[in-house]
Amino acid sequence: MTGPQPLLSLRGITKRFVQRVDLAGKIANAFGAGVRETVVQAVSDVDLDVAEGEVVGLVGESGCGKSTLGRIVAGIMPQSAGTMLWRGQDVAAMGGEDKHAWQLAVQMIFQDPFASLNPRLRVSEIVGEAPRVHGLVDRGRQAAYVAETLTKVGLDPAYASRYPHQFSGGQRQRVGIARALAVKPAFIVCDEAVAALDVSIQAQVLNLFMDLRRQLGLTYLFISHNLAVVEHLSDRVAIMYLGRLIEIAPADELFARPNHPYTQALLAEVPKLEAHQRTYRPIAGELPSPLDPPPGCAFHPRCPHAFARCKVERPALKQVAPGHVSACHLNDRG
Amino acid sequence: MSATLSVRNLRTHFFTKEGVAKAVDGVDFDVAPGEILGLVGESGSGKTVTGFSILGLIDPPGRIVEGSSIRFNGEELTAASPERLRAIRGAAIAMIFQDPMMTLNPVLRVDTQMIETVQAHVKVSAAEARDRARKALVQVGIPSPDERLRAYPHQFSGGMRQRVAIAIALLHKPKLIVADEPTTALDVTIQGQILFEAQRLCRESGTAMIWVTHDLAVVAGLADRIAVMYAGRIVELGRTADVIERPMHPYTKGLIGSVPSQNTRGHRLAQIPGMTPSLLRLPAGCAFKARCPIAVDKCNEMPALEEHRPGHWARCWRAAA
Repeated sequence: MTGPQPLLSLRGITKRFVQRVDLAGKIANAFGAGVRETVVQAVSDVDLDVAEGEVVGLVGESGCGKSTLGRIVAGIMPQSAGTMLWRGQDVAAMGGEDKHAWQLAVQMIFQDPFASLNPRLRVSEIVGEAPRVHGLVDRGRQAAYVAETLTKVGLDPAYASRYPHQFSGGQRQRVGIARALAVKPAFIVCDEAVAALDVSIQAQVLNLFMDLRRQLGLTYLFISHNLAVVEHLSDRVAIMYLGRLIEIAPADELFARPNHPYTQALLAEVPKLEAHQRTYRPIAGELPSPLDPPPGCAFHPRCPHAFARCKVERPALKQVAPGHVSACHLNDRG
Repeated sequence: MSATLSVRNLRTHFFTKEGVAKAVDGVDFDVAPGEILGLVGESGSGKTVTGFSILGLIDPPGRIVEGSSIRFNGEELTAASPERLRAIRGAAIAMIFQDPMMTLNPVLRVDTQMIETVQAHVKVSAAEARDRARKALVQVGIPSPDERLRAYPHQFSGGMRQRVAIAIALLHKPKLIVADEPTTALDVTIQGQILFEAQRLCRESGTAMIWVTHDLAVVAGLADRIAVMYAGRIVELGRTADVIERPMHPYTKGLIGSVPSQNTRGHRLAQIPGMTPSLLRLPAGCAFKARCPIAVDKCNEMPALEEHRPGHWARCWRAAA
């Protein structure tokens, strides 16, 4: 991609989780049981650029590796292979101050507003601790800064002395957003950030995300299984299947002309607010186990168009339209 | 054709130390044979408690208040003995819950659980019960049922587990199925498969179904009629097309406006301000008035659920506005 330097570039990001042979397994092996360590490749060879100010939606079913990728981007989890560039600089090679700046600049908002806030801390501490520790505000200004941040996310500053259990789900999610915003990030990873909320509250939080983007020039990686939410919010959408990105396109293009059979199937399944009764024609089968991924294209066992080549050769991401890439052999057939 | 289920003035209250929480407070609806009724509401609207009340599964401090009526095939369930309810539950009325991991016994094989369910209601041999279980698994589209019968619940994926739960619900060919958010925990593609099975079952067997959900979009393509609940009451009831395309209650309008889609991209969603009021301290009159954009003084009195258009009911003074 030409043009301005992307804020974040992922190149060949891969994450393997290895379960080593435990003691029982080792003993069993002494008797010739042949227990081997199991390796799950949760994320495989992901390339993705995110431009400054852009909202990229990352969509996939449970177990496809989207949350793992989000955690790698947020710096919570190291990748097993590949490089991550932040403003053109390799994160792994960063030292001291640069690394510190990157860590603060990338923040994450989690799915479960109940599990991601410390129940024993007051909101003033949940939101105010990080900016104080990182020297963004001094202790004397902390209360005022927390009040300012809470106002930004639409919470009454008087709530600062409350504990998380005193809030409803939607308010709690706002506290989580305030905590992420408190360190003045440039990039926010939202992992299913509205999935646990009621529809009317979800609309409030989605509006908040859009307002914050406009006011603060934030960049989002928005991870969700909910295509309607992603469609509403994103500039570009990446579809993930079994650890790999299989299609990336501008949101308009992707929803109007989905290329990959999996994307097409996903779009067909989205429940829509249309009153006519529809006959569901679901795609058969389920996400295969990442412990034992099928050879070739990982989608071929469920794909209605699969042919011989799909079973042996993994398709690469190829451009099908400007800015639109898709990994499917059907595109070579013309 | 007479209704399979007829609920009149259902009130289920919870008598807690802090006061009486009126989780369900005056709910009326009918479900006809083969009909799918979508019961839509947000957390705390009373939709789940309504479903549990029908099955007689309300535990203290909650109870169904005097004057409520639940008639199932002409039989009054609120007056039925616990023994009678136990005979009906699982046989004539079945329930599917949100989390299939919670409803299946993790230490028993699927065949054990299914045979037990069959024999709880009819006297048949284990071999015959097993055969019924096998047929039920085939009916919900589980491949290689013989093998799957010998598996434990943890060996199934989420979608397969929910299918097993549905198969168990179908064992006695129920007249009514109450499904409480059965696809909320599932992925879109799996949800599509389950919706497909549910639709097929109701059409083929004439089973009536109440589909409880918070997601209007799910029932929009599935249900014949939709009932929208707010703070323990039905605020709008009508044919799916009428409710989705020409909603009358401002809460329904708000819900529809807050669903994101392609058309809303780049725009703010029409959000409903504020949040659901506490059931312990419901305001007098219409419970939605504090969040309502068109509330007037009259809203301090409780409006009745009235038929404003043929078959389309709303509980709002300004439904015609």
